[in-house]
Amino acid sequence: MSKQINVALIGNPNTGKTSVFNALTGLNQKVGNYPGITVEKKEGICKLPRGVKAHIIDLPGTYSLNASSLDENVVIELLLNKNDKDFPDVAVVVSDVENLKRNLLLFTQIKDLEIPTILVINMADRMAYKGISLDIELLEKELNTKIALVSTRKNQGISQLKELISDYRKLSAEPCLNASEIDPEYFGNLKEAFPNQLLYKLWLVITQDVNFGDIERQESDALENFKTKSKSYLKRLQQKETIKRYQFINNVLKKGQTIDLKTAKDLRIKFDRILTHKVWGYLIFFAILMLIFQAIYDWSAVPMDFIDSAFASLSEWTKTTLPAGQFTNLIAEGIIPGLGGIVIFIPQIAFLFLFIAVLEESGYMSRVVFLMDKIMRRFGLSGKSVVPLISGTACAIPAVMATRNIESWKERLITILVTPFTTCSARLPVYLIIIALVIPEGRFLGLISYQALTLMLLYLIGFGAAIGSAYVLHKTMKIKSRSFFVVEMPNYKMPLLKNVAITVVEKTKAFVFGAGKIILAISIILWFLASYGPGDNFNKAESIVTEQYASENLSDEELQQHIASYKLEHSFIGLTGRAIEPVIQPLGYDWKIGIAIVSSFAAREVFVGTLATIYSVGSDEEETIKNRMAGEVNPVLGTPLFNLASGISLMLFYAFAMQCMSTLAIVKRETNSWKWPMLQLVTMSTFAYLVALVAYQILK
Amino acid sequence: MEVTLAQLKRGQKGIIKDVSSFHIPLKLLEMGCLPGNDVELVQVAPFADPMYLNINGSHLAIRKETATHILINIVNE
Repeated sequence: MSKQINVALIGNPNTGKTSVFNALTGLNQKVGNYPGITVEKKEGICKLPRGVKAHIIDLPGTYSLNASSLDENVVIELLLNKNDKDFPDVAVVVSDVENLKRNLLLFTQIKDLEIPTILVINMADRMAYKGISLDIELLEKELNTKIALVSTRKNQGISQLKELISDYRKLSAEPCLNASEIDPEYFGNLKEAFPNQLLYKLWLVITQDVNFGDIERQESDALENFKTKSKSYLKRLQQKETIKRYQFINNVLKKGQTIDLKTAKDLRIKFDRILTHKVWGYLIFFAILMLIFQAIYDWSAVPMDFIDSAFASLSEWTKTTLPAGQFTNLIAEGIIPGLGGIVIFIPQIAFLFLFIAVLEESGYMSRVVFLMDKIMRRFGLSGKSVVPLISGTACAIPAVMATRNIESWKERLITILVTPFTTCSARLPVYLIIIALVIPEGRFLGLISYQALTLMLLYLIGFGAAIGSAYVLHKTMKIKSRSFFVVEMPNYKMPLLKNVAITVVEKTKAFVFGAGKIILAISIILWFLASYGPGDNFNKAESIVTEQYASENLSDEELQQHIASYKLEHSFIGLTGRAIEPVIQPLGYDWKIGIAIVSSFAAREVFVGTLATIYSVGSDEEETIKNRMAGEVNPVLGTPLFNLASGISLMLFYAFAMQCMSTLAIVKRETNSWKWPMLQLVTMSTFAYLVALVAYQILK
Repeated sequence: MEVTLAQLKRGQKGIIKDVSSFHIPLKLLEMGCLPGNDVELVQVAPFADPMYLNINGSHLAIRKETATHILINIVNE
């Protein structure tokens, strides 16, 4: 077996790079993170002709090697570091046939690093439609490379690309641009100081703040001398470099590309007239949002009910089948209900990721950004904040990462700070179960059910809180940063089913396993805390209770139930719950809800799982979580524990409180300081407590 | 006639004359916003901002404030 070929896929955003990656690797891919940072790392294995294998990395999309974000840094750090185990033997630059000129800029930069480079011209099926014809042979000669004309939509050109990759040794590593041309004096000096280094590489190291890879330490110290020139001087040189590159590209394309504008058709303008219209644009956007919420609430109800009852029966089945004992109890009462609390989300999360993937893939998301920018700016946000705020309805973690392309630091920071207010999917199960318990079933004006209306209100409250707090931050924060904004408006595309499917599967998997680990751990801990307790009260519960009820002539079953709940109250978890009860009693909660709130600080979705675990420890029958909760009684008032007042108070608490350690960790990482996540934690949770308190006291 | 890009009207075309490299980030230049390239205003967002442009075949949107730092010659057709 020969060595694997390392291949790096590089390209501008919106060039269908990911489609090429999917076409090459199929489902043979894994998504992880670059060490130490939260940039997504996608890699896969591709079988090439003659039994050779290629290890393919799909690098984050970038417009150039002059990085302006964490994601783009990853690209340049890899390409500058020959010692990296992923350093490519061959780079594959993916370009879009309709934007060849702009896409070639990145190609020339990578070529100048003297890495063997293949050019993929993607979306070739659009050529006739756009009146584009290419002289591939001439382009290959002028660019000194091999070109694969690919259409992932029509599944064309992929086998040719595989051939080219396996023949990578035949590729030329000649640069496109001689760096000295940019400024003979400056680059002449540089060459003299570092005769053995590639000029363009040095230039990149000078102009960017990235790790210097295999450039030696003392050399990098010497490089400092070349940074002494003023920033604007360096920037002028970069501008000059860009102009030089475009001159080269224009020359090449003049010979190798002809565009017949007469045959070119453009639906983009017609779509844009409607989709960015000052009335229709907004109406369509809100209609799409309504559709998404409808899907989450309505369409996923059937699979969710199925999952809920399936886990209840599984738990029961385990109890009756496995030999009785503590281990069986742990599985049946701790692990299974805990896991059920996460698996039940899968339908909703899948729907959310599905819609977000379709909106992004089709090019519509850019139009929303365009449409909303002016309005969002009034609240200190950017049009680009819309994407995090929408994807925040799935999960705040990817949403906070999605703020990276917001150019202005102040706008980005505010977006990060307010995104956790949007109703993420982890809040959904809490809302759904409480709505089912406390909101009546009828329909408002015979049309919309009260339950759906409540859920919609909760989403609006979330968005309102996000926008409102953004406004407050905008007015109070004293950060000077220049407002700047560029967004590409890609052509509309029919989303590729395969891409969407892979995104949905990957994201859902990552979410479920990520959250699943926490939930599994917490449910095991909870089960132990609920099944054991200190002192005689717990250990002699049976004799104490039997004595207590001796005169009441209880049936055996009733007696067992009294014993179980007495035990729970005096278990470790019961004692903890009792300790915090004074704090939460004014909100209308009992100690069991208190425990659920405390444990759901790790992640909100733990709430339902926790209650499921606590209640199943306290009872014997097979029951769904919902029925168990409906049967709970307020210990002080003797009325059902979950009534309108406590239910609404609880939902409002979850709407505002910052209960997600993973989000706090991400915010810390993205803002590089503990100050901002701590601000979120304290203000959001205090606010949540106060609102819940007021709501309960008014409604009770 | 030399004006700033912010003054371009919908459907009008121009040629970029000068770009204030102090105010304009490299990223925009790399997307094709360079002297000599042609520019067309495709659409303006509600409330007249941002502007949706076709610069040298690249479709992108920028804010009006940024556009005031780009000088153009309007092309009459």
